[in-house]
Amino acid sequence: MISDFHILLGVGAALFILGLLCVMTRKNAISVLMGVELILNSAALNFVTFSHYTAGNLLGQGTAVFIIILAAAEAAVALAIFLNIYRILSTAEVDKADQLRG
Amino acid sequence: MIELLTRAIFWGFVILTVGSAMVVVFNNRVIYSAFALLFTLFGVAGLYVFLAADFLAASQLLIYVGGILTLIIFGVFLTARIYHLTISEQTHQRFIALIPVVGIAAILIYVLFTADWNMVQPAVEPTTKSLGKLLLTTYLVPFEVASVLLLAALIGAMRLSRPREDEDDQ
Repeated sequence: MISDFHILLGVGAALFILGLLCVMTRKNAISVLMGVELILNSAALNFVTFSHYTAGNLLGQGTAVFIIILAAAEAAVALAIFLNIYRILSTAEVDKADQLRG
Repeated sequence: MIELLTRAIFWGFVILTVGSAMVVVFNNRVIYSAFALLFTLFGVAGLYVFLAADFLAASQLLIYVGGILTLIIFGVFLTARIYHLTISEQTHQRFIALIPVVGIAAILIYVLFTADWNMVQPAVEPTTKSLGKLLLTTYLVPFEVASVLLLAALIGAMRLSRPREDEDDQ
């Protein structure tokens, strides 16, 4: 018996594996960041699904709020780093940036 | 009739989310991926509505679609030649990456259909007030830590993205 619960967890799993695939196969730093955003979204969706169907309280939604906060902070700092890498190396490929000293 | 329409909208959001996430992963052009990510995030916001998470759906739209995605699109504009396909925008190591991905997918699907979930009757009610109470009681310490983290990220992003003043002397 497939319920909405299973469908939503399936969407979460699909988003997670697609994000993982994106992180593993891309070289462009911004594409990797998009994969990370997909993974964070899948985690938040899973938290909200479990809190709605199996716990019956709002604790999962609170966790999802913190996930969104973390994603915002992470995206801002990561893009600032990528712009610096692009300015120094003229490329946004993650495996070209192999020096700590710019 | 209403029931049927609700099911149709639910499945529409499910297909929108997963389909545009596949475009994000498999499209070769970064700018198309960024715009497909817009539809993925929008679809997740729609699914939050079906999970009775009204506040989260609104935050998802405001913060993700309005903030993070705008940042990502700016990042694409500033670092990539948009319609010109370069080697860095293609996917690499597809078959090696498929091995752990398929493994994790198999484990997730197995657990999803075999675990004994402790289901309760879901309640549908406005969440904003109780979520606010939750943030200032149970989640008070993470809430304060998150505010410090946001301040640190703000200052760090400003410091990183400003051109260095000492570069002109060298």
